[in-house]
Amino acid sequence: MPDDRATRPSHDGLSNQSGLSRRRLLAGAAAGLGAAGVGAAGGYALGAASVALPIEPTTTPNPVAFGDVAGIGSAVVSFFGDHQAGIELEPQAHSSFLAFTLTPAADRAGIRRMLRLITDDAARLTAGRPALADTEPELAVAPARLTVTVGFGPALVDRVDSSARPAWLAPLESFAIDRLEERWSGGDLLLEVASDDALAIAHASRMLVKDIRRYATLRWRQDGFRQAAGALTPGATQRNLFGQLDGTANSFLNSDEFARVVWGTRTGPEWLVGGTSYVLRRIAMNLNTWDELARDGREQAIGRRLDSGAPLTGTLEQDAPDFGALTALGLPVISPIAHIARARVADPTQRIFRRGYNYEFTSSTTVDAGLIFGAFQADPVAQFLPIQRRLAEVDLMNIWTTPIGSAVFAIPPGCAEGGFVGETLF
Amino acid sequence: MTAAESVQLVDPWVKAVDDGMTAAFGTLENTGDADVTLVSAQSSASSMVELHETVMTDGQMQMQQKDGGFVITAGRMREFAPGADHIMLMGVTQPLLPGDQVMITLTFSDGSSIEKAFEVKEFTGADEEYMGDLSDSGNE
Repeated sequence: MPDDRATRPSHDGLSNQSGLSRRRLLAGAAAGLGAAGVGAAGGYALGAASVALPIEPTTTPNPVAFGDVAGIGSAVVSFFGDHQAGIELEPQAHSSFLAFTLTPAADRAGIRRMLRLITDDAARLTAGRPALADTEPELAVAPARLTVTVGFGPALVDRVDSSARPAWLAPLESFAIDRLEERWSGGDLLLEVASDDALAIAHASRMLVKDIRRYATLRWRQDGFRQAAGALTPGATQRNLFGQLDGTANSFLNSDEFARVVWGTRTGPEWLVGGTSYVLRRIAMNLNTWDELARDGREQAIGRRLDSGAPLTGTLEQDAPDFGALTALGLPVISPIAHIARARVADPTQRIFRRGYNYEFTSSTTVDAGLIFGAFQADPVAQFLPIQRRLAEVDLMNIWTTPIGSAVFAIPPGCAEGGFVGETLF
Repeated sequence: MTAAESVQLVDPWVKAVDDGMTAAFGTLENTGDADVTLVSAQSSASSMVELHETVMTDGQMQMQQKDGGFVITAGRMREFAPGADHIMLMGVTQPLLPGDQVMITLTFSDGSSIEKAFEVKEFTGADEEYMGDLSDSGNE
């Protein structure tokens, strides 16, 4: 598998981004910490350009060490590029999905102002620099591959230019298996804030929510986790809370197939060229009833071995399943209603790219666990819906899983320095 | 070399306000060989702009106009920040909305000036008290 951890997709032309960004980050961090030494008067973003000069009135900066033993905290993913960051990227350990409802102040001009604010905050914070007017600048120095990915719900696009809204930018059709809750569904604006460090996410999220509060109020927030940075071989499939390898069928980052699946061919609206769509579903997973199932039954339900993730007809995770293979008794090795049999895509145009996160909030009385299912695809109607319809119809995994949230967002393309995310819509 | 040529303004921003008073912030860097003095500021967004400093009076931090302006020593930078030195905008008539930009002109003692766009941001920090009888500090 390609080693693409902490690197940018090759198409942004920034192959040496890592080293350059690290220097910029450390310079910015040094400036920020120097400013903190001013005391009550200080604590503001000084920016990368201001590293060389001492501050006056003359002060003695607090010597604050910024160690990054594992090389994780200082890792930077550039905010700018043809595509938004945080999509074609080895998933970070943590991600927070923040959906907002627009206020009346968010008319066309207000949305433009809001997107400029988001862009400015995200560009600084993802580079390891404090946001403008950042009251906790020290929390910005270790971004740990922080990314902020911006998505538009139907109402946002309608307020800017209703003729620009693709037909698929609407709530998904309802499925019999759905038990959707309003508190996890819909949204006019999405900010996905992801990082290998949950503290960086907390800081960036707080900054963004504060800065856009005139235009948008938080509707829901979903926090998810994967394994820690460095815990797995880069590119390895993560496990969900059922212990299953989850996302085996994904195409490789920076592959032609990824580009075709996620960025698509130029058939959609012009403003979405370089963008994609994002389907977010909150899938509750019943850990208690899953406990009652023996290991063999668990493997039958998914159609894969739990240890290797290989299909029941193979030996390696990436082996193609043989749905025609029969047991000595003449029964299919992989049940026709196993998850992989139902999710299987024969049509190469019906592929999606999944970027999921686990969640778990267990209390003394309840076990609330599951998956924040995120799927990128150029066209959710053409690519996502056929799969979802088959799974909703029959899938053994439906016994233990329940969709409780659903939202669809348009992901505009990335922007260059000086521009703002979503500018192509205006 | 004029003062305007040797000075850079980094990270300029201004606190959002519907009307009345607000303040602008940023960092002035003097990369030149001579000290420069910021003596005044102007903006079309506000009828009066003053340079303010923070002083301790009777145990309280208070704002007052800075006599003679602010010196930025050669090779140094001076920060303008909430709770500290700042550029005071009084008589704001049009709302300064978050995400907008406000143009402010900074004039130095040699008569040279720079005009810069300040980003408007929501901000509630550093509650300020003003010298004199200005009851409305512009804070929410």
